This record gives sequence, C-alpha cells and structure tokens, in this order.
Amino acid sequence: MDLETTLVPALALLPFLVSGVVLLLPRNARNAAAGLAGATALAGVGIAAWLYRGVTDGKVIEGSWAWLPDIGLRLTWRLDGLSWLFVLLVAGIGALVVLYARYYMAADDPVPRFFSYLLAFMGAMLGLVLSGNLIQLVIFWELTSLLSFLLIGYWHHNENARDGARMALTVTGFGGFLLLIGAIIIGHIVGSFELSTVLASRDALTASPLLTPAILCVLAGAFAKSAQFPLQFWLPHAMAAPTPVSAYLHSATMVKAGIYLMIRLWPVLAGHDGWYYTVSLAGLITFLLGGAVAVFQNDLKGILAYSTISHLGLITLLLGLSTPAAAVAAIFHTLNHATFKASLFMAAGIIDHETGTRDVRRLSGLFKHMPLTGTLAIVAAAAMAGVPLLNGFISKEMFLSETFEFHTGSLLDRLLPLLATLGSAFGVLYSVRFIHQVFFGPEATDLPRKPHEPVSWMRLPVELLVAICLVVGIIPAASVGPMLKSGALAVLGAETPNVQLELWHGFTPAFLLSLVAMALGFGLYIALYHRLANRTSTDRPWAGRVRGRRTFNDVMASLELASAAIVRFFGTVRLQPQLFLVVTAAAAAGAAPFVYQAITKQGSPLTLGPSPLTPVSWSFLVLWLFGVVFAVGAAYLAKFHRVASLIFTSAAGLVVCATFVWLSAPDLAVTQLLVEIVTTVLLLLGLRWLPRRSALSVTDRAVRTRANLRRGRDLALALVAGAGMAVLALAAMTRPNVSGISEFFVTNALSGGGGHNIVNVILVDFRGFDTLGEITVLGIVALTVFALLRRFRPAREVVGSTRQQQRQDAYDEALSGRSVGDTATDYLFVPRIVMHLLFPIVTLFALHLFLRGHDHPGGGFAAGITMAIAFILQYMARGTRWVEERLRVLPLRWIGLGLLLAVATGAGSWFFGRPFLTSAHETVELPVLGSVPLASATLFDLGVFALVIGATILMLIALAHQSIRSARQAPTAEELAGATSDAPAAKPGADAEGVG
Amino acid sequence: MEVVLALGIGVLTAAGVYLVLRPRTFQVIIGMSLLTYAVNLFILSMGSLVIGGAPVLAEGADVSKFADPLPQSLVLTSIVISFSMTALFLVILLAARGLTGTDHVDGEEARP
Repeated sequence: MDLETTLVPALALLPFLVSGVVLLLPRNARNAAAGLAGATALAGVGIAAWLYRGVTDGKVIEGSWAWLPDIGLRLTWRLDGLSWLFVLLVAGIGALVVLYARYYMAADDPVPRFFSYLLAFMGAMLGLVLSGNLIQLVIFWELTSLLSFLLIGYWHHNENARDGARMALTVTGFGGFLLLIGAIIIGHIVGSFELSTVLASRDALTASPLLTPAILCVLAGAFAKSAQFPLQFWLPHAMAAPTPVSAYLHSATMVKAGIYLMIRLWPVLAGHDGWYYTVSLAGLITFLLGGAVAVFQNDLKGILAYSTISHLGLITLLLGLSTPAAAVAAIFHTLNHATFKASLFMAAGIIDHETGTRDVRRLSGLFKHMPLTGTLAIVAAAAMAGVPLLNGFISKEMFLSETFEFHTGSLLDRLLPLLATLGSAFGVLYSVRFIHQVFFGPEATDLPRKPHEPVSWMRLPVELLVAICLVVGIIPAASVGPMLKSGALAVLGAETPNVQLELWHGFTPAFLLSLVAMALGFGLYIALYHRLANRTSTDRPWAGRVRGRRTFNDVMASLELASAAIVRFFGTVRLQPQLFLVVTAAAAAGAAPFVYQAITKQGSPLTLGPSPLTPVSWSFLVLWLFGVVFAVGAAYLAKFHRVASLIFTSAAGLVVCATFVWLSAPDLAVTQLLVEIVTTVLLLLGLRWLPRRSALSVTDRAVRTRANLRRGRDLALALVAGAGMAVLALAAMTRPNVSGISEFFVTNALSGGGGHNIVNVILVDFRGFDTLGEITVLGIVALTVFALLRRFRPAREVVGSTRQQQRQDAYDEALSGRSVGDTATDYLFVPRIVMHLLFPIVTLFALHLFLRGHDHPGGGFAAGITMAIAFILQYMARGTRWVEERLRVLPLRWIGLGLLLAVATGAGSWFFGRPFLTSAHETVELPVLGSVPLASATLFDLGVFALVIGATILMLIALAHQSIRSARQAPTAEELAGATSDAPAAKPGADAEGVG
Repeated sequence: MEVVLALGIGVLTAAGVYLVLRPRTFQVIIGMSLLTYAVNLFILSMGSLVIGGAPVLAEGADVSKFADPLPQSLVLTSIVISFSMTALFLVILLAARGLTGTDHVDGEEARP
C-alpha cells in the first residue's frame, strides 16, 4: 500500500485518536485542547492539499482493508474530487471553528470534553465522505448523529439543550436507520456494497423493481440529516448548542452530509421519477418555507437556522432537477453556503458574546461599537442574499438560470422561475433585516453588556471566511474553478458540462430575476418593517403555524403511551402468574409434537421403545418410595416448617445421589453429595434471617375459596408437568442410544485427553470452554452474593437473638455458676472437637479427589467443594471469630487466581500455535512419586479447584458474617430504626434499604 | 427400573412445579431444588440405564457397556449452575425480605 492510500484512512482516523487524547486532558487545559484540535484539523487540510493531485481529472485514490470477509464486507477508503471538496470543507472550517471556540467558550466550561467531541465529530464526518462502502458510510453517518447529540447537549444543565439534542438524535437516527435499509436494498440489487461498484450499476438499479423503495429510504435518511421538509424541525432546536457547534455542524458540515449523500448517489439515482418528484418538491417546499419562516424569527441564530434550511432546500431542489448543470450548481452552492453561513454564525456568536443577547428586537445600532465585526457580517449577509461580487451571487445565478431550463414540462417545471425568485426574495429580506436591525438604527440602551469588538483572534476565522467569499465572488474561475471541476468530474464523469464560472454573464434572464428578487426583498422589508421591528410582538404570522416540534412531541408521547399500554397488557410485576404461564407454555410446547402426531400420523408417537426393561431391583424401588415421600413432604412442609422441609429436600437429594451411583455415574454422585452438603449449610444459614411464619386465620370464605382454587389449579398443572416428564423419560429410556458424539469422547479420552475418567476429560478438555464459562458464572455469583450481603439489612423482627438463644441465655442466667453463653459454648462439645480435628483429614481427601480426578471419579470441582467444607466445619465448630483470628482465608484471591490460572492455561496453547484451551499430556518421571501422567488439563482443573474453593467460601462466609454484624447491631432497637450506624456500608442512601 | 426412575422423576417434577408456583420465596427456592433434581435425572435418563458401567477406562473395562458420558458431563455442569442459582436466589430472597417486609414473591402481600 503506497503512501497516498495510507493517508486517506489516516485523515479519518487521526481525529478520533487525538479526540481520545484530548479527553484525558485536565478540565482547565483550554490551550492544550484547542491547540491539539487545531493542529489535527490543519493536518487534515495539509494532507488534503497534498493529495489533491491524485483526485483531479476524475482520478480516485482507493484502498481497502479486510473487515468482515465472511460476508464480503471490506473497509474501503475512497477519495475522489467530490469527497476531496468535502474533506477540505470539514477540515478547513473545522480548524477555523476550533480557533473561534477557543475564545468563545467560557472559562468554567469543561473545554477538553468539547474539543474531544468536536474532533470525534470531525473524524466521523471525514470517515463519512471517505467511505467507499455503503455500510461503512452508514456507520460513520450514525456516528455523526451520535456526536452531534453530544455536542448539542454539551451544556446539559440547560433543558433546551437536552431537548434539542434528543430531538436531533431521534430524527437523524431514525433517518439513519432508513438509510441503512436503503443501503441494504441497493447492495442487494447491485450485489456489492462497494461504492465504485454501485456507481457503475445504474442499469441494474434502473431495472430493479426495488429501486423506488431504495430511493425513498435513502432520501429519508438524507432529508432527516439535511433538514428537508417535513423533517426540518429539529434544526432550529439544535441551536441550543454552543455557537461554534452551530457554525460547524449546522451550517457547514453535518447538515451537508445529506447533501453529500444525494450528490454521491446522484449519478445512479437521479432522473428516476421517484427521485425527481420527491427531491425537487421537498427541496422547493423547504426552500420557500425556510425562507419565509426565517423572516419572522427574532433570535439571530433562529434566523440563520431557518435560512440554512432554506439554502439546503435550494441545493436539494437543484439536485432534484437531475441535470448535470444543476448538479454542478448544487456542489458549488454547498461550498459557498458553508463559507458565508459559518461566518454569519460566528458573527452572531460574537454579538451574543459581547452584548449578552441574540434577540434582534433588542439589538440595534451596533455598528458604532463593533465596526469591524459589522462590516464582516454585512459582507457575509450580502453573500447570503446573493449580491454581485460575492460567492453567493454566482451560485444563486446558476440556480436561477437552471430554473429556466426545460426539464419535464410539468406545472412545477413551469412555475419554477417564479417560485425561485420568490424564495430568493425571502433570502434578501431576512439578510437585510439581519443587518439593518442589528447594526443600524438608534443605539440600544438596555443591553446586558456594553458592546465592544471581540479579541482579534476570535474575529480572525470570520475574516478568513469573508475573504474567501470575496475572492470566490470576484475571481471564481481562478480560485475555486479547478477544484469545482474535479469535484464535478467525480460525480458526472463524461457528462460534466463546461461551466463558465464568471462574474458577469451579461443581461441574462437569471440576472434580471436576481434584480427582481433583490427589489422584491427590499420592498417587502420596507412594507413589513414596523411589524418586524415591534419589540413586543410575539406573533409569527402564517409561517409560524408549521409546528414541527409539536407534532414531534405528540408522536413521541403517543409512542410512550403505546409502549406503556403494551407493557400493561402483556406484562405483570407479579411473579406467580408469570411462572404459571411459563410452565403452561413449556408443558404445551412439550405436548405439541405428540398432539400433532396423533392428528396427522406423521412423526414418531409417544410410546414405549423397543428396548427391554431392566429388571427392577427391590432396593431401588424402596429407595424411590422414600424419595417420593421426601419430595412430597418437602413440598407439603415448605410453607410453615422450613427446617423440616429443607431436611426433606436434602434427603431427596441423597436419593438422587444414590441413584447416580446406581446408574453408573460416580462423578455425579460425588459432586451431588458435596454440593448437597454446602447447599444445606447455606440454606440453614439463610433460614436464620427468615421470620417465623404462622398460619393466617383467614375468615373470609371468598378469599379462602379463591386460594384453594388457585392451589388446585397449580396442583393440576404440577401433576400434568410431572406426568409429562415421567412419560417422556420412560419413552427415552426404552429406546436405544442414538450414536452421537459420545462415541468420539469414549474413543479419544485416553489418547486425546490423557485421562481415564471420560466425564472428567470431557469437562476439562473436550468441553473445557464450557467449564470455563461455568466457573466464571460461579465466580460472578459468589461476588454478587458478597456484594448483596454487604448492604444487607435483615428484616426487623429477626434482628437480635433468636428464641433459642434467648432461652439458652435465660437458662444460663437463672443458674448460679453459669455465665451467659455457656450453653452455646458447651453445645455439641465432643462433635466439635471431632470436627476440629477433621480439618487435615478433609484437606487430604480434597487433594486426593483432585489428583485422581483425571483418571477416577473426582476432579477439581469436587475437590474444591470438599476443601470449602473443611473450612465450613471449622466455622461451625469454633465460630466465625475464633476461626478468623487464626486463619486468614482470602476467598476473593482464590477466585481471581483460579480464573486467571484457568484462562492462562487455555491461552498457553496459543504459544504452541494451537487454538484456545488445546490440551497436552505427558507422562513424567518424578522423584519419589515415580511416573506420573501429567496433562495441561490438570492445570486447568487446578484453576477450577481454586475458584470453587474461593466462591463457595465467599458465599458461606458472607452469610455467616451476618450473625456477627447483627450481634453488633442488636443492642438498641431504636438505633436500628434510625438505621445504619455502625455498618461499613452505612451511607445516607442506605436508609431506603434498611430495616423495615 | 426404568418405570421406577420415570415415576421418581415425575413426582420430583410435580412437587417442584407446585412449589415454584407458590407465593412464598422459601417455597420457591425448595421447589427449584426439587425441580433441579428432576431435571438432572431426566438428562441422565436420556442415555439408556446402565448398571455397573461407569465410564472410566480401566483394565478390563468393557467400553461397549459404558454408560453414556455425555449426559453425565452435562448434568455435572447443571449441578454446579443450580448450586450457584440457589445461592444467589437465597441472598435475593433475604434481601427482598428485608427490603419489602414480606416474603411474598411479588414483594407485597396479595391484595384480597
């Protein structure tokens, strides 16, 4: 890749890079932030200038990177004459805006954030115009929407800014979504998203029936971005942004993105009926409406915003006309508008900055105080009005002469010269008003600040832009001519007309129309003067009735209401009905295929399979008789006798465990047994914090009947679910095994995984990634439990000693020779010593389980739980305080180490050029132990082991610690009511989750 | 054997589902445990019932008589995950009890 193709993506990516750097600057680093931003923008201008010779005469610099090769997407960077013009616009005006913003922003604004957003926006905008791929273009398009949201909402303490930002994002984001659809349709028709392919496929597009939807979707995106009717309403509200943002985004760049897109796709889309009518009509309406509304605005930025809308309409109209000459005029006016409108925005910002108001009705006679700024604004406004010797005049004359051309002969086509003149007259009118009311007339006396000229650095960008207006206006062919030509060539190719950029074309009809518009504008201003200058008037005649914002708000509100209604209808905050529906749906889904089979006789029926039943063992039957009793008992007792229910559940767990042994699943049995122990201890610890439940004596018969009905219904559903599971299980067990992947595991466990215990090899080797996920879940759960319990406040009635403790204490107190707590200390004295002594034995057993795991039942998980049980036994035997005075268990470290070890083992295989978690195994001769088979999976299992220890202990200890904390809380109930005096998590906000 | 196991799974499921539909959090937690037992056995039962064929390669072991190791490793994962779930649910149960003053699953007593 040569230097040129490397520089093109660098243009777009450099601003993002610097944006990240600027964001890290301290809050008051105004000069550093502005300096970096300005240097980046200037670098962009420099690179663009250097690349210019590569894009003249229709040449293209293009390079691409692989992006998503599987679906044929590449990141393509493409610079041609048109995108070069936009690069120059974005980077050049960007540099001026940075300089301006340095002096505009107040000292207490967080300026680095501002410049960071601005740079990121610049990058997004450059990325957009440099994208050589439609999907890539849409992504940058959406980025500009997001960043404009951040920039408009920069002063987020201001409600208008927040509203404006949200509205802009909603409208442009919605447009971007439609644009994506349009891009996908185009890509579907053409067979590629590459811009160069798309631009060469006009015939394929024309032939496709999907063309009109594609055009409409693309246009919706472009109209939303470029504020075309009926999506124009967001732009005036975006004026809540800081003025540099308005100057940059809302005059020169972002609103031109839609224009850019329309010019970009002009060669393939223009001329179709859908394009002609949609684009010209939207453009015309926007042009007239924007101009008319601008006249009656009283905010300087409001005038400029609507005038921008109007000018964008003009450009859109030109593009809609679908002739090459009109397209050239559109490109030219895009550049001219950017220069004069940016300078006017900056001038408006200066006026606001130095006088404290932007209200045209309050401002008056400012010329005396700020003659330089005034002169600059007058020249820029004259360019906006289309006065000769300025750039606006030339492009506007191109526009007017284009309206005379014959296009389709429709009514619209014939009325066009008149309507265009009227629109231009509006332009003259609001330009005159802008200048006359602000700079002339009697001196204003009640301005918030005494007006004066700004610092010269702040005026410099305006001066440069106005100079460009003049130079282009006087010597167009020599200044902008070549660049415009290369831009036009990039779009029009061989069709490029030979445009004469000249100041004076003679007394053409267009010139006459210009004069008419000028006269009409002045005349209207004189006629309307008193109404417009009236300081108290708030009316906005006829034009003010277009209420885009109200419609927008109505739409948003009804969307919210509709979502709320949907949630109300389909959702419930009540868990019981939800679970009932879930179980019912599951049962129905399970039954559906068999019902379908019964009706259509297709598929396999739900019958017993051909395999013979294994002869029943009587002890297994007895075991399960107990199992049934335990399960039903647990269910029956769960409401009022929690401990009994818990014991029954554990007993049922033991039955399951025995079944695992019976059915050749020793690993499951070991794990189930150990997990059962830990779960039971955990639940027992938790039970301490659940208040007593006693039967409510409900006397209302209706309520009782309803409750019984509900229970009956649930019982019926439970029986259906149970029967379904039983039948399914039986049907599956009586069928021969399907030969699936199991065979692979059995065959390869030893040769591939180096272990004899196939289940363990599957877990730590073949399906090691699953296990990694599983232990991660365990770790996360442990941390969550820990975090939840740190702020845990138990229910009020369980704080303090339990009834058992109270009885013991009362007994101790009543007897002489005993002190309070003796009974608790003496409790289970002998077993406690046994438990105490068990610690090394259980530890050894854990190690044993771990080491044999790869070849025999056991493994890291079982070993970890066993080790945790060893610790728990100590806690139970000696109490939390005693253990923690002697033993430092750091469960968080165990979790971290375990996870790290597991991941590191997995990543280790990368060093051997293998995929993540590939295992290796070797038999190693060790002293003393002899030959020991070692597998890298053992290291992985060690990670599992460490994590399981950490997670289990963390959960159990976190629960156990509640007792100590509560003992500290216990003394006064009043203190508790006042909430959270001693706990480390005590914060003002903790009251809400406190006792009660 | 198959019939006994299938019935056992059925009873565990029925008890579990009934409890899961109950309004008290502790009932739900017990119900989830019972349901887990049932589901684990159900997954195991997807391979055929094998007695005396633990899938451990040892001297003289007959590979053709092995129990299917795949459901076993699935169940092993399931045991661990349900352990995590029980622990998390227990803590949420306790926190909700302290926060809302009731152990009803909806966070408030049912309106009569």
